[in-house]
Amino acid sequence: MGFLDKFKKGLKKTQNRIAEGLATALLGEKEIDDSIEEVLEEVLLEADVGVEATEELIESIVEKVSRRQLKDLQAVLNALKGQVVDMLSVSERSHLLEDNRKPLVVLVVGVNGVGKTTTIGKLAKKYIKMGKTVILGAADTFRAAAIEQLEIWAKKVNCDLVKHKEGSDPSAVAFDTVKAAVSRGIDVAIIDTAGRLHTKENLMKQLEKMKRVISKVITDAPQRVVLVLDATNGQNALNQAKEFQKITGITDIILTKLDGTAKGGIILPIVRQLNVPVAFVGVGEKEDDLIPFDPEEYARGLFEV
Amino acid sequence: MFDQLTDKLNNAFRKIKGVARITERNIEEPLREIRMALLEADVNYRIVKEFTSNVKEKALGADVSKALNPGQQFVKIVHEELVRVLGEKSEGLKLEPKKTNVIMMVGLQGSGKTTSSGKLALYLKKKGFFPILVPADVYRPAAIEQLKVVGKAVNAPVFDIGEDRNPISIAEKAVKEAMDKGFNVVIIDTAGRLHIDDELMKELKRIEEKVKPDEILFTVDAMTGQDAVKSAAAFDRELPLTGVVLTKLDGDARGGAALSVKYVTGKPIKFVGIGEKYDEFEQFYPDRMASRILGMGDVLSLIEKAEEVVDKKKAEALQKKIKKDQFTLEDFREQLLQLTKMGSMEKILGMIPGMSQIKNAKKMMDDKKIAHLIAIINSMTPEERRNHQIINGKRRKRIARGSGRPVQEVNQLLKQFVQMKKMMKQLSNPSFLGKMKNLKKLRNMNFPFQ
Ligand SMILES: Nc1nc2c(ncn2[C@@H]2O[C@H](COP(=O)(O)OP(=O)(O)OP(=O)(O)O)[C@@H](O)[C@H]2O)c(=O)[nH]1
Ligand SMILES: Nc1nc2c(ncn2[C@@H]2O[C@H](COP(=O)(O)OP(=O)(O)OP(=O)(O)O)[C@@H](O)[C@H]2O)c(=O)[nH]1
Ligand SMILES: [Mg+2]
Ligand SMILES: [Mg+2]
Repeated sequence: MGFLDKFKKGLKKTQNRIAEGLATALLGEKEIDDSIEEVLEEVLLEADVGVEATEELIESIVEKVSRRQLKDLQAVLNALKGQVVDMLSVSERSHLLEDNRKPLVVLVVGVNGVGKTTTIGKLAKKYIKMGKTVILGAADTFRAAAIEQLEIWAKKVNCDLVKHKEGSDPSAVAFDTVKAAVSRGIDVAIIDTAGRLHTKENLMKQLEKMKRVISKVITDAPQRVVLVLDATNGQNALNQAKEFQKITGITDIILTKLDGTAKGGIILPIVRQLNVPVAFVGVGEKEDDLIPFDPEEYARGLFEV
Repeated sequence: MFDQLTDKLNNAFRKIKGVARITERNIEEPLREIRMALLEADVNYRIVKEFTSNVKEKALGADVSKALNPGQQFVKIVHEELVRVLGEKSEGLKLEPKKTNVIMMVGLQGSGKTTSSGKLALYLKKKGFFPILVPADVYRPAAIEQLKVVGKAVNAPVFDIGEDRNPISIAEKAVKEAMDKGFNVVIIDTAGRLHIDDELMKELKRIEEKVKPDEILFTVDAMTGQDAVKSAAAFDRELPLTGVVLTKLDGDARGGAALSVKYVTGKPIKFVGIGEKYDEFEQFYPDRMASRILGMGDVLSLIEKAEEVVDKKKAEALQKKIKKDQFTLEDFREQLLQLTKMGSMEKILGMIPGMSQIKNAKKMMDDKKIAHLIAIINSMTPEERRNHQIINGKRRKRIARGSGRPVQEVNQLLKQFVQMKKMMKQLSNPSFLGKMKNLKKLRNMNFPFQ
């Protein structure tokens, strides 16, 4: 089978724009490198991967193409996916679900409206399904009806909840939640926090304080700090991640709203720069719409348009 | 982030500075930098392409002005083109007090619809309207409860949906009740949804057909990335959008999504959300947005932020003083005090274009320095504060002793004060060129710290 036939077959398998674009690039009369560059650039930038990471990815591909190490479409795609997977790989550590310290305290942070509260509901369900007991802490005492929202989730997945009045001190809620987890012998305490932009100094300080107060109950708690990122966000997510990392430290990322058309490519530079893994992705508003993150699958999705 | 982008653009401009005219060749590099800046600001890839090619055409075809060098001219063209796309002027709502106006808030999940509904209600109340809020989000846990709390906070009634859980009939009933009870604006808060969710998009369409809204506002998060074009185009296809609300602009997102959304829908951005509180909501200014996207810092916002802290009356008085050149050391002290209230120096300096270029920026940002400046001013007599010109050598020594600071610092402060006085006067000149000129000056002086 000649190259062209092989190529066409490959194209059928991957019925998408990048394939078509690369096809023109590889078969057309235009300078190979340039056209490949342009197609890849479009796909990566439109996935919010960002200028820097895009350039880096493309450079090495173009180099390999020009050294004739990558000869067909499939090879190019495979190499790209491989690189993406590399970028998303983080040195071994226990998965959020498999951290068996007891009680495990999970503090959930992020900017406004990314999906923290919803994700907590889904996450609680995951732990419960494993046979663990869960308590939720309604420490978003600021946003209108945030407490009620978490309460509904607690009822839905059937777990305990600690709450104070709207407007009360979030640190006190966090403290009481962890205390309750200890005294009731509960496995996992998940603490919801109010959405806050990473640029608001006083609100970030408040998170710092929450952490401090929690550690007064259990020295190494919160053992997990989960940063929730919205896949529809662009380059700003990198600033978010860096700032939250600086103030609270981050152990896990959850990328929400991947059920839309946004790809959340900004996690590439984020995971690499922060060396923090993506634990789950959110793919809907229902309680089971949280799936473990698979870098390979994600890489595949990135190149499907 | 501000700094990084400002630097890049400055570099690009520097490269064409000193050249007599903009040519096909020397425009390449600056165009590339603009392109990168726009991409980093989250303007959609394809729009960046189109936009830069438009800019190139205009720059090449532009008459070479005597007053500007090619660099300045290029900035001006890019800025103007951005403003042109974003909308020449800010547009308000088209409401009539004598009828029952219907506003529908739509958008993706978590974009800020419910909060913005409350903000709109407050805004319209201040304008003399009588709004009623309508909870048409029957899906998200506690969404109805949230709107009730919002309604209470802004002191606007919330339509009682009773047992009804059908968004279409809720909207219809609410409009009818508004007519009966004499509310002249009905604000419908719909559930967040994905533009690819056919069923929920149809639901919006049906509400629209039933209540024929006067305004359908697409609410979009300023942090949105490339995907903004897809969601905005889809909502625009399904519904006759009349405008856009850009939320969460109080962060450090460059907000390129604003350009994307405007580009694909052609609908004006009418309001921006600048905080979680209900009065943190204002008109959209294309000019400011253009500067922000370009990373030129936001002098106007800085001034506004200062005004906010100072409070309106004081700010107006200050402006008058600046205009009349009556700005005194007392005012300067007041300003320094306000600065300390505004937050960290780092952030404030970030809002001033070109600050990143100044060497020793870190050293200057020291908040202690401000305390020293204030101490020095405190050691002056009221008369000295009102008229700095009487502060001679002897007085300087006394002030230094009183404040426990070296005489050089007193001298420096006085020098800076005079410079600042000048600069502030110029900054109140609103023309773009004037602004550019002043930005350059600002950059060249160590305002207001040494
Ligand atoms: N499509 C989709 N929507 C989601 C996902 N996760 C959350 N949402 C929706 O996003 C919106 C915001 O979610 P919340 O959980 O309230 O977000 P939050 O971060 O707690 O918001 P604040 O507390 O206000 O900062 C809600 O309408 C959720 O239903 C997801 O994975 N996919
Ligand atoms: N910092 C900031 N936060 C905002 C702004 N507007 C809204 N928010 C916050 O963003 C989050 C989501 O706002 P909501 O009004 O609940 O968003 P929504 O679009 O109604 O969300 P769904 O109904 O779940 O789709 C909340 O935490 C709000 O307080 C803004 O202009 N600035
Ligand atoms: Mg929440
Ligand atoms: Mg809502």
